[in-house]
Amino acid sequence: MRVEDFDMFSTLLKQRSGLVLTRDKAYLLESRLMPVARKWNMKGLEELAITVRTRKDEALLRDITEAMTTNESSFFRDQKPFDQFRQLVLPRLMATRAAKRSIRIWSAACSSGQEAYSLAMILNDEAAKLAGWRVEIVGTDISAEMVERSKAGVYTQFEVQRGLPITMLVKHFKQNGDKWQISPQLRQMASFREWNLLGDLSALGQFDIVFCRNVLIYFDGPTKGKVLEGIARQMPQDGVLYLGGAETVLGITDKFKPVDGQRGLYSLGGFSTGP
Amino acid sequence: MKSCLVVDDSRVVRKVARKILEELNFACTEAEDGKQAMETCAVQMPDAILLDWNMPVMNGIEFLRRLRKMSGGDFPKVVFCTTENDLAHIQEALSAGANEYIMKPFDSDIIQTKFAQVGLL
Repeated sequence: MRVEDFDMFSTLLKQRSGLVLTRDKAYLLESRLMPVARKWNMKGLEELAITVRTRKDEALLRDITEAMTTNESSFFRDQKPFDQFRQLVLPRLMATRAAKRSIRIWSAACSSGQEAYSLAMILNDEAAKLAGWRVEIVGTDISAEMVERSKAGVYTQFEVQRGLPITMLVKHFKQNGDKWQISPQLRQMASFREWNLLGDLSALGQFDIVFCRNVLIYFDGPTKGKVLEGIARQMPQDGVLYLGGAETVLGITDKFKPVDGQRGLYSLGGFSTGP
Repeated sequence: MKSCLVVDDSRVVRKVARKILEELNFACTEAEDGKQAMETCAVQMPDAILLDWNMPVMNGIEFLRRLRKMSGGDFPKVVFCTTENDLAHIQEALSAGANEYIMKPFDSDIIQTKFAQVGLL
């Protein structure tokens, strides 16, 4: 790929999704954009680059952005965050919200929906305690394709074996050939919307718990700051933000503080693990 | 170091599974069918059993049912690893006392995740 084409694509992706691509990632750009070029009946990436420069076709730009945004996900990914959710975060927030009996959870950059549905499975386990509560899970992703996949809740054999205990598969999925679809009951617990984390988040409303894991790692410092400040505006003081294992707020924003003794959990200041 | 008995009639599958499990720090032994696996378990129960379903002489589900009736046979964590990938087989395996279930093909990530889920890692 020509250097000027790489620079043009990386600038475009930074503007549209916040994704930062260094030149050592040229192979990634090539491997992901070739299928886009083929879909649009182009000979290769040079023709794709020329078309992008000369014709600002929104559908094409969207295909390029979607092809490059990483869609790695699995059920109960890393496990520990979900144990923290079940054992600490959910009980705490239920205690402080006993009067209004409502909890909203956001799976930001939800990819194909496994995180949102993992939370739905935990909430289903806790259904007796949550009787009379209004619990809402909202998943958002920049990719329209991923949002549609999340809504459908259909996964391959490979996907349902990554992180999902077999008892959960039996309990919550229906088999259809070589695919597995999550039950209507769990699908009703989560809604999915196409949303760009760099855009205005206010219309999404306030969230008590935000999962934004393994998203910031793709952004540069200022973009990380912008995303975190945007999320902070959508959370109450005692809300809880989950980041990925390789991510932190330190040096990026002073809005969030680490939750004592709970790696990966952050709060605006009002969430306490004490008695 | 925990022990794992790999039960599969395919030498290739046993070799691949063994390599993955040894990298996860398991001491592995092998059996070609359910009967051989019974004989191994009668001498010493392993911590884990990775178990194929379709095998000659004695298949995996028959082995599992007999194992769970043996003295100390409720101890090993049994993870099925089979091409049988339908819900009915999975439910049958769980009813017979399987702890986890892997649908072939598998890779090291899947084995690692499943073994962690049943507390072996």
